[in-house]
Amino acid sequence: MKLRSIFKSAILVAALVGSSLLAKPAYIATTAIVEHPALDAVRDGIKQALNDNGYGGENLKFTYESAQGKPDIASQIARKMVGDKPDIIIAIATPSAQAAVTTSDSIPVVFSAVTDPLAAKLVPRLEKPGGNVTGLSDMANVKEHLELIKSFIPNLKTVGIPYNPGETNSVSMLGAIKAEAAKMGIKIVESAAPKSSDVMIAAKQLVGKVDAIYCPIDNTIISAVESVVKVGIDAKIPVFAGDTDTVARGAVAAIGYDYFDLGRQTGEIVVRILKGEKPGDIDVKMAKGTNLFVNPKMAERMGIQVPEEVLARATKIIQ
Amino acid sequence: MSLYAFLGTLEIGFIYGLVAMGVYLTFRILDFPDLTVDGSFTLGAAMTATLIVMEVNPFLSTFIGTIAAASAGLVTAWLNLRFNILHLLASILTMTALYTINLRVMGKPNVALIMESTVLTPFESLGIPAMYMKVIFVAVCAIAGGLLVAWFLYTQYGLAMRAVGSNKRMAQANGIVVNEKVYVGLALSNGLVGLGGALFAQTNGFADSTMGIGTIVVGLAAVIVGESLFATRSIFVTVMSCILGSILYRIAVSMALNADFLGFQASDLNLLTAVLVTLALIFPKLRSEHKAKKAKGKEA
Repeated sequence: MKLRSIFKSAILVAALVGSSLLAKPAYIATTAIVEHPALDAVRDGIKQALNDNGYGGENLKFTYESAQGKPDIASQIARKMVGDKPDIIIAIATPSAQAAVTTSDSIPVVFSAVTDPLAAKLVPRLEKPGGNVTGLSDMANVKEHLELIKSFIPNLKTVGIPYNPGETNSVSMLGAIKAEAAKMGIKIVESAAPKSSDVMIAAKQLVGKVDAIYCPIDNTIISAVESVVKVGIDAKIPVFAGDTDTVARGAVAAIGYDYFDLGRQTGEIVVRILKGEKPGDIDVKMAKGTNLFVNPKMAERMGIQVPEEVLARATKIIQ
Repeated sequence: MSLYAFLGTLEIGFIYGLVAMGVYLTFRILDFPDLTVDGSFTLGAAMTATLIVMEVNPFLSTFIGTIAAASAGLVTAWLNLRFNILHLLASILTMTALYTINLRVMGKPNVALIMESTVLTPFESLGIPAMYMKVIFVAVCAIAGGLLVAWFLYTQYGLAMRAVGSNKRMAQANGIVVNEKVYVGLALSNGLVGLGGALFAQTNGFADSTMGIGTIVVGLAAVIVGESLFATRSIFVTVMSCILGSILYRIAVSMALNADFLGFQASDLNLLTAVLVTLALIFPKLRSEHKAKKAKGKEA
């Protein structure tokens, strides 16, 4: 009898130890091209989604590397990650995603914050892409952005756009805006800023030529958006943005993705793969959910009023 | 560091070895600080990638990319020699112009080569795993490039070029056509850098308008690390040490990437790399000082 109970408990202990050994933590390796508030929010959102789905603490190994803006480092990080054999590689922004996709033959790659995954050749098609790659595209809904500006300035004729001609996402966004603006009878005035130190001059170029300034989702412009805001205040030209985070930094208003939420949506894809789905069977998703942020104080300093209708539907009002 | 990561480190090290040799030719042989490389690295990659996407033979594309980068070097030399623009400024002007030219060449900021056939495609059927094959391929390219550069510097022509770099007036007095050597030297240097860019694009699956940023820093670091390892006057050893310096630089980056267990964050990478490269630079110096002290002690 005693022997039997000892035997039983021994089996129980063995089973417990065994199961805890078998439940190897999920190993997620994350890489981003550069550190910047929106991309960092994506990373944190991914982590949150993993935690919400029961991956966290002991049963999650989550690593993060930034390429500090350099594609050669991105490629070295991709090789390190493939060598470390994680369960899933998450690549944030285009060059990091391209380096990861080229390097990884079999480890699933989930990309995020890539505007045009087809042009970047990350996947051959958006529906059931096949292979080991899938992810989330953050192509912006630019029509809504222009309509937002129009609701502030009903007789809107010209919009100035500072952008970095060297940034893939920014250029494709500008193309989309131009097409949409032509339909709405709005003229777009471009102003190139290849480096963040050029942003101030690019914004000043627009003074006297435009009714409003719109900052697209452009890493260079956003990193120096304060200089655009300053020009907006001095010249009384309202500054709008393509991403909501920028509203707290001085833009009048923006409709956009909450990048934390975008990370969450990316995390959902990651969880599906962890639960056994093949990345090739998961459609590439277009980011969902639009937030409206308004900054009435800034609007006043730039010489306009926030319409009641906009205030009413704003998801966040910056004081 | 895993084997895969180590092979990746070697691969990128060999590719930037070509860049380092290019930088060595201008900075050390010609005494011409040339920043054109930040643009010509991207130009080589952009040109090659665009042509490959247009279904031009990858070897021909790489060749054209290299020639394009070499001609960027000629522009810098021309600005300097014909119009007397300070060498540093001339190269900055070319580099700045190349940013636009690269965007024009590609028609967009990023050209993807994933799933395109590249110079590596013919070797994929040899049965060597891709991770080894890539390294062997770029190693052969870098070492062959190094041998050619060393051979070139040993020829009469190369000797004349070295003379121009060490004493322009003296070289002229000895009947060397100085300007021609500068043209050829800058073309050769930027050609090597462009070839590095072309290979980088093909092994990594993309050409990007931002990829050239900081090329000069990486190249120069590799040259100096290589020099500090071998205190030699031999041209052959110095050229080859450019490749070794470049590999060591990449190993420093890799070590910095793997340092998170020491409590470092992703954003500490640049500082860590700088510290590791600095250590590589001062270590040989400290060692030789130590030796000198010892020798002195014995004498006394």
